Amino acid sequence: MGTIIWTTIGAVLTLSVYSFLYKDNPFYKFAEHLVVGISAGYYLVIYYFNFIQPNVVAPVFLLRFGDEVIGFGSSTWWLALIPGLLGLLLYTRFFPKVGWIGRWSLGIYVGGYAGLSLSPTMQARVLNQISANALPLTSVTNVFLIVGLLGTLTYFFFSMKHKGVLGVMARVGIVFLMVGFGASFGYTVMSRVSLLIGRVGFLLQDWLHLL
Amino acid sequence: MRRQFPLALCFIAGLFMAIQYFIPHPTVQNFYERLLIWLQTLLAFAFLLGTVSLVRIHYHKIKHRADDRGYSWVTLFALCLMIGLGFFSSAHHAQGSPFDMMFQNVQVPIEATMFSLLAFYVASAAFRAFRARTLESTLLLVAACIVMLGRVPIGDMIHSSIPTATRWILEVPNLAAKRGIMIGVGLGMMATSLKIILGIERAWMGGGD
Repeated sequence: MGTIIWTTIGAVLTLSVYSFLYKDNPFYKFAEHLVVGISAGYYLVIYYFNFIQPNVVAPVFLLRFGDEVIGFGSSTWWLALIPGLLGLLLYTRFFPKVGWIGRWSLGIYVGGYAGLSLSPTMQARVLNQISANALPLTSVTNVFLIVGLLGTLTYFFFSMKHKGVLGVMARVGIVFLMVGFGASFGYTVMSRVSLLIGRVGFLLQDWLHLL
Repeated sequence: MRRQFPLALCFIAGLFMAIQYFIPHPTVQNFYERLLIWLQTLLAFAFLLGTVSLVRIHYHKIKHRADDRGYSWVTLFALCLMIGLGFFSSAHHAQGSPFDMMFQNVQVPIEATMFSLLAFYVASAAFRAFRARTLESTLLLVAACIVMLGRVPIGDMIHSSIPTATRWILEVPNLAAKRGIMIGVGLGMMATSLKIILGIERAWMGGGD
């Protein structure tokens, strides 16, 4: 019985969202506002129990850090208090006179993640891509990959005018980019269509039992 | 204190996070792990801040009797319901709990349907925008058509080489172009990170003093 009710709720909401294909209407707006509230509440609970509770609330108030029992005023207790205080400083934004204090937490957050991303970005997005493309010129595929990469990089190189050899390479780059964009577009459309098939399957199979 | 101190904190945190990869000393690694926990906790507090802003906006609409205030009630009710189910249910994360059922049967269907809705709009936009006027647009159109046909059984029924062509497009020209873009994006991300750490990029501080 419970399953039927939940499936019906899911089906009604699915149809409410699809009603937008006709025009904007109260059913769609209801589903839209509902999902905003549900997802905000869902992630709030998840973030609280995954980060705030174990890293701040449990050590500071319950004096436990994981399975370890910690003392009030110990170094672990103080280290747990700091993120809590930094987090609370973010809320000074609601008080215009002291709103600037929230920048302290933001500075640590923004700077920390900027520094954290430097090496992995260099490794994953630059060096790994170059090494994966450093191929021997033994097959047509390898030649295409090397010429395509060089052409694409040349197209995005704006320090010199695209004339002569540079112009030819940039033109080759455009060709590869267009094929790449076309492939991405086709791939995206098909992934959306597969989601659509999934939703229609849900309505006809799980809800109406017609398939 | 208003602008220089947050910039100094940003520089110190950024510099430490950037160089800790190269210092495998236990003290540095312990502090790195501790700082990572702080950053994750700050993210959670920031999310909570966003939720507070959401509540304020909808409360404001209800208080000022806006025309669409009924939907604000829906959002606030859904938010309170999920918080209630999450905080006052002992096993909120367990499969089959009311909290989980709300996620599985309300959030997942709506989000999946919204994404699937894009299929119609992407197809409609493509129908209006795709015109084979130049070599570049023809290439884009042909590549998109081949990939779309190659991903479904009808492509193979039309011609057996269409799935092979799809695979070749995805694995060769598409990969070469994507690698070029990814290298560019990577260099851009690094440049932006360095600008943030060095205090050249200050948009995160917002306006005012």
